[in-house]
Amino acid sequence: MSDLLKRLTEARGVSGNEDQVRQLILEEVTPLVDEVRVDNMGSIIAFKKGVKSDKKVMLCAHMDEVGFIITRIDDNGMLKFAPVGSIDPRILPSKRVKIGDKAIPGVLGIKAIHLQEPSERETAAKAKQMYIDIGAKNREEAERLVKPGDYAVFDSECVYFGDSKVKSKALDDRVGCAVLIESLKGSYPFDLYACFTVQEEVGLRGAKVAAYSIQPDIALVVEGTTCSDVPGVEPHRYSTRMGEGPAISIADLTSYSNKKLVSLLIECAEKADIPFQIKESVSGGNDAGEIQRARGGTMTAVVSVPCRYIHSPSSVADLNDINNTLRLVQEFLKGCEAL
Amino acid sequence: MDAKKFLGQLIEVPGVSGYEDQVSKLIMDTFEPYCDEVYRDDFFNVYGKKLGNKSGKGPKIMLAAHLDEIGLMVKDIDDRGFITFTNIGGVDQRILLSQEVYIHGKERLFGVIGAKPPHLQERNEARKAVPMKEMVIDVGLPAERVKELVTIGDLITFKSPLVELTGSNVCGKSIDDRAGVVMMYETMKELDKLVFSGEIYFVATAQEEVGTRGAIISTYKINPDIGIAIDVTHGDTPDASRDDTHAMDKGPAIGVGPNMHPKLTKKLMDVAKEYGIDYQVEVAPGLTGTDARSMQISREGVPTVLIELPLRYMHTTVETLNLDNVKKAARLVAQFIASMEEGWEECLTY
Amino acid sequence: MKDLVKKLTSIYGPAGNEELVSQAIREEIEPYVDEVKVDVMGNLIAIKKGNGNGKRIMLAAHMDQIGLMVTHIDDKGFIRFTNLGGISVPNSINRRVMFKDGLAGVIGYETEVDSWKEITLSKMYIDIGASSKEETEELVKIGDVAIYHPHFSESNGKYISGAMDDRAGCALLVQTIKNISSTPNDLYFVFTVQEELGLRGARTSAYALEPDLGIAVDVTATGDTPKCRPMAVSLGKGPAIKIKDASVLAHPLVKELMISTAQKHGIPYQLEILEYGGTDSGAIHLSRGGVPSGVLSIPCRYVHSDSETIDASDMENGVKLLTKILEENINI
Repeated sequence: MSDLLKRLTEARGVSGNEDQVRQLILEEVTPLVDEVRVDNMGSIIAFKKGVKSDKKVMLCAHMDEVGFIITRIDDNGMLKFAPVGSIDPRILPSKRVKIGDKAIPGVLGIKAIHLQEPSERETAAKAKQMYIDIGAKNREEAERLVKPGDYAVFDSECVYFGDSKVKSKALDDRVGCAVLIESLKGSYPFDLYACFTVQEEVGLRGAKVAAYSIQPDIALVVEGTTCSDVPGVEPHRYSTRMGEGPAISIADLTSYSNKKLVSLLIECAEKADIPFQIKESVSGGNDAGEIQRARGGTMTAVVSVPCRYIHSPSSVADLNDINNTLRLVQEFLKGCEAL
Repeated sequence: MDAKKFLGQLIEVPGVSGYEDQVSKLIMDTFEPYCDEVYRDDFFNVYGKKLGNKSGKGPKIMLAAHLDEIGLMVKDIDDRGFITFTNIGGVDQRILLSQEVYIHGKERLFGVIGAKPPHLQERNEARKAVPMKEMVIDVGLPAERVKELVTIGDLITFKSPLVELTGSNVCGKSIDDRAGVVMMYETMKELDKLVFSGEIYFVATAQEEVGTRGAIISTYKINPDIGIAIDVTHGDTPDASRDDTHAMDKGPAIGVGPNMHPKLTKKLMDVAKEYGIDYQVEVAPGLTGTDARSMQISREGVPTVLIELPLRYMHTTVETLNLDNVKKAARLVAQFIASMEEGWEECLTY
Repeated sequence: MKDLVKKLTSIYGPAGNEELVSQAIREEIEPYVDEVKVDVMGNLIAIKKGNGNGKRIMLAAHMDQIGLMVTHIDDKGFIRFTNLGGISVPNSINRRVMFKDGLAGVIGYETEVDSWKEITLSKMYIDIGASSKEETEELVKIGDVAIYHPHFSESNGKYISGAMDDRAGCALLVQTIKNISSTPNDLYFVFTVQEELGLRGARTSAYALEPDLGIAVDVTATGDTPKCRPMAVSLGKGPAIKIKDASVLAHPLVKELMISTAQKHGIPYQLEILEYGGTDSGAIHLSRGGVPSGVLSIPCRYVHSDSETIDASDMENGVKLLTKILEENINI
């Protein structure tokens, strides 16, 4: 699992440009399933025929991540960019990125502290004022390597550290992708569709068409979700807590989980002695929103791995949470047939 | 009919979002000679269907340019016959003072938008934009007569006919996105000179300005293999950043970003290069404000490209467009359609 | 009608938790319709068959109301919550709430703030009178939802309660079902779920039912109180026929149908332009290849508070108008 997660999180896959991570996941899942296809938007739909029933269960994790897109090349060779997905601009200064299919390295520079007015230091930088420096001396040189429309990702190595912790970019939602891939190793009575969706970060777009196409009876979304259990935050705004197991969502801004599925998840966790938590906020949204409302409606639920510092190059998760999420998903799948 | 004449006709016909009856009829009549079939649906989306002149299984391609326009709507009539109003679509309240308008009531009434005159304003008021809710339309009739002719919910359009500026630039209201409709019309003419296969649907979509609603409906109905959205983008002006605008004389812009299919977009650019048609790149990091956003996620997903015409002063009554870009975009799209030869499915993959 | 409104507005049914409302409505209408079913999302669908020559018409009124969802229980047993739908700070301060089992609580706020403007929902809490975390946890768990405490009043021909939005619409549909004698049309009365969270139930049910025509019945704001946002709708001047809101531009033909039916039968009506907000028709009209849709609105003061106020005569006239529309052959 830890090796898989490293490869997954280090792969590039900004929303709309998921090529590299898609290729990686295709290689991983093809030997495990009966059929795999890439749909019209680029999502992977991996299908495993059920041995008994024709019930359709959809597992869903998004493979895209937040990042950047190059908007313009300046005369001095600097690249102007716009964020893809929601990124707090305050994290941007002094970060490394990789641009385009050739992964051209670049840096998000900022005027040295010596050159700043005192008031500037107190003011958060805006993405519009920033630029990416690839070391080009002018526009012509930059244009040989990069063009407007190229995507850029955070350059961040996956590091295992501390007490069973992992730091990487894109844990949201490569942790979900890893759980799905591991789950495909089992065999199930029903038809299982594992969907690795695109464009979740720009509006749950891949999941909308994937769910329309699959028409599942039951869908479980596996996510990496916010975890704000850090100093300076009041406990009632933590949302989730690291190390306390997978978080089960009652509702968020895009879906209200099906009550039978939530009961099943809780029952499975209790029976198998898997630690779990109920997510203590309804903020944010995920693919379940579109899946629940596809066609005539679908039973959906969401389990998430708590991730601190989400949507940054240094998000952090706990391996025990990831493993327990996998266990919970597997138990849930066992219980699905009886629903 | 030539492009300029059609555009001139189009912008003088009312077609505020949700009420596109008249403009859709004009478009149907104009498309007719160049299509195999023309029809419209319950929501005033117009469909011009054109069949390929070459055998072989070509793609089903849907082009979309929206026929609706932003406008105003009667909200209430006061005891003296002054009319208050609300907006349909994104109207900048700062452009409204002193505009000439038509109210489409039982009969078409001419009116002007007024507000409290400057010499009666408090000192601080002059610095603030007059809010739309404080403006009124004066139709110069007694209250009883106004109430006879005008009802809550009646549409209001701006009076601003086409004006020719220097070069190939024209100016008027609702060029967003009637210029796109004209561009589809020019594409039909171009296609008649070319060899192509497949079924091409030229769709003039309704209700784009209130949330691409016509495109949601029409794309579902057609279920195309390929979508081509045609809209306007911001032309360069001294008061806007170069990051947000495009040159008026360097061809149409091709959209790049998550809403657009990467391989198909590359093919479109390749076609432009092959035929020496200049183009610019519009980078859209999230949802585009065009029909492309909805076409892409219709049913099982539709590989979509986006072509945009630079337009200055968008959503005003003096929208300014270079007609050369309409012609260039039409040539580009026609050649793109003709380039879909056997094996075209390949460019829809990832 | 009063009894029906009182009954339906007193039932617990926040968004995502509409089961009790669904049961009550089902009991009311079952004898009057050909079929009743509940779909995956929880929408209650009642079907009244026509003679085979009419249209397929979907009527929608949402069962859900806004609510307060428990997100955290602190050490002293106070409950932190978030909003399900349009719960606002001013309408919530020191109001009473009720959980599904009838448990009551009071909404308090962190009083150390300097100004009321600083109060946000995250600085508010629900006090159920418990004195420890354990005590609260025995009664309430994370994810439970409370509603503004329901209490019905009648005053000068007005009905006042916390859930007029949209139990008044539900009541209007229930009464219409009972009144309709015969119809050429196939009528699908859908009591929808999760409208307050984004028209969710209407979207899936419209997809499944594929109607020719859609009419939502919901409350709308008014412009008849002191120095309010200007709006040409008042209590007591008849049901409102929607022209537009942020979710839908009523289809001209549906709007005309509603207006001409009202005029033909001498039923008072008003025309409504709501400059914000939306309702189920927003989802219905964009279903599949498009469904011409309109909205019949019940004028309502103080929407999204515990004192939503409607006029009895608007309800009566609304039922009359909807009944007439549905009983006739529709040419659209």
